[in-house]
Amino acid sequence: MEILLSHGSTLVMLAAVVGFFMAWGIGANDVANAMGTSVGSKALTIKQAIIIAMVFEFAGAYLAGGEVTSTIRKGIIDSSFFIETPELLVFGMISALFAAATWLLVASILGWPVSTTHSIIGAIIGFAAVGVSPEAVEWAKVGGIVGSWIITPLISGVIAFLIFNSAQKLIFDTDKPLENARRYVPFYMFLAGFILSLVTITKGLKHIGLDIGTADGYMYAVIIAIAVAVVGKFFINRIKFDEKVTRSTHYANVEKVFAMLMIVTASCMAFAHGSNDVANAIGPLAAVASIVASGGEIVKQAALAWWILPLGGFGIVAGLALFGHRVIATIGNGITHLTPSRGFAAELAAACTVVIASGTGLPISTTQTLVGAVLGVGMARGIAAINLSVVRNIVISWVITLPVGAGLSILFFWMMQAIFA
Amino acid sequence: MASNSILGVFAKSPIKPLEKHIRMVSKCSKQLVPFFEAVYANDWSTAGKVRTKISKLERDADDLKRQLRMELPGGLFMPIDRTDILELLSQQDKIANKAKDISGRVLGRNLEIPESLQAQFAIYLQRNIDAIAKAAEAINELDDLLQTGFRGREVKLVDKIIHQLDEIECETDILQVTIRKDLLAIEDDMNPIDVMFLYQIFDWVGDLADLAERVGARLEILLARK
Repeated sequence: MEILLSHGSTLVMLAAVVGFFMAWGIGANDVANAMGTSVGSKALTIKQAIIIAMVFEFAGAYLAGGEVTSTIRKGIIDSSFFIETPELLVFGMISALFAAATWLLVASILGWPVSTTHSIIGAIIGFAAVGVSPEAVEWAKVGGIVGSWIITPLISGVIAFLIFNSAQKLIFDTDKPLENARRYVPFYMFLAGFILSLVTITKGLKHIGLDIGTADGYMYAVIIAIAVAVVGKFFINRIKFDEKVTRSTHYANVEKVFAMLMIVTASCMAFAHGSNDVANAIGPLAAVASIVASGGEIVKQAALAWWILPLGGFGIVAGLALFGHRVIATIGNGITHLTPSRGFAAELAAACTVVIASGTGLPISTTQTLVGAVLGVGMARGIAAINLSVVRNIVISWVITLPVGAGLSILFFWMMQAIFA
Repeated sequence: MASNSILGVFAKSPIKPLEKHIRMVSKCSKQLVPFFEAVYANDWSTAGKVRTKISKLERDADDLKRQLRMELPGGLFMPIDRTDILELLSQQDKIANKAKDISGRVLGRNLEIPESLQAQFAIYLQRNIDAIAKAAEAINELDDLLQTGFRGREVKLVDKIIHQLDEIECETDILQVTIRKDLLAIEDDMNPIDVMFLYQIFDWVGDLADLAERVGARLEILLARK
């Protein structure tokens, strides 16, 4: 207790610095997840992708990022174990952030695709189980997270399969694909806009002080979605089509319409990613800040300090700005010819899954949902080739991230104890 | 897996190289037209040059074939069966080999086509090459087939092309019967060994359309396995 009183501000500062470091890592490492398919299908240039990612990652983190925070903060560990020794929770959260950020950095350098969500969860489990007591961990919740390794890719895979097939039915497999693309693509834009704004309104705006009722929320979401669709329609009508293509199918022109849709889904994905992954950085930070602010009391419903969400948002944007360019730029040739129509199905599905999961507070990994979505489009025979050995590597990295995060955080936890106690 | 992750999931498409391969094969077989024009004119040095071109194109096609086979490791998940792709590829490849064999055999023996048969032979050859072009057209639709998820209208379009291919092949069979008959009528005045070889060349030229038809058939099988 005395430690918190004497070193309180130092600890919060330290937490803020590692939290920013963590957010920075998330921005640097995960951008390609959000923007990769858009750039790969040439719907966006790298520059455009970065700008969109910055705007929407920040918006997602700030507007819808509050919900998952509470799961990470309270769901995985049982706070009753820390009532007597709140400083252990503070040390633990700081070491968890430090461990996860370090692991993220190492993995990024080595080129391993790891889940930011699982590194932080592994780290929290680590310090709680070894540093405090194995009973301090809510193992049932951990089981749920392990279960999400199967469930999230499955959900996003199914959604991607359905979206791709609906696009086939409505647009590609018709007599006039181009006309149908012009007609139906605004509906997909509506769908993307609706899900995005619904989650923002019902879950996110609370954290910045606006509270809108459910019915009103739906209404506003519909209005925003219509606005998105109308603006999209306007841009679709402005596309210049290659009239010389006399083929009955016009697929090249159809893809131009989908490229327009891709911009919407890419924004959606960046928003979803921001809203879901920002919690990994700011969740533990928020815990530290609230414990210190209340003088060692672990409050059940702590309000998020005003500066925490923007800090996470800026951290992600900073990582994106400094490293995002490099990460996205690696999208070169050699990738299967990914067209906007295929990329869109994967991206929209992944965004839907992430946004829904953020809404329900389940901490899931964006990498996992995107891999699931890509496989879903592949199942619908939409992608020419998927490298299953890479998929296998990604799955393995999901599994090893938990123990590595745990191990590192135990080390940092002991170090912190040695320094401060 | 240089720096990221999710992009490595997308492997190289087997469809583009497959299309490129049949285009190469088609280009190779088309060289038979200038080749035989030189043969009619008894211009063996030009024929030799064209023959070099044919074997170079055949080798290029071989390289493409090998490359595509290398790019299809076991861990790839594709909308079409790996075995179907490889089978299709080797069928395509046989066309180029046949074109090379024909030009090689004719050049090696300086085998002349009797003047009275030349016009007829030219038509026969052209029809066979048309069949190959048709097969290439069908394979080129693979890209669009992927767009539609191998379903619906595109499949019908490919079915139509394959049907046209079958008709051309049928036509070449009839042409072959006539040209054989005409050769039979004049064979007594010719060197018997040349006649033997001519029959063989007619046969081989006819094989071109047969092989093209088989490419179409493989494509049909590939589409049938939905």
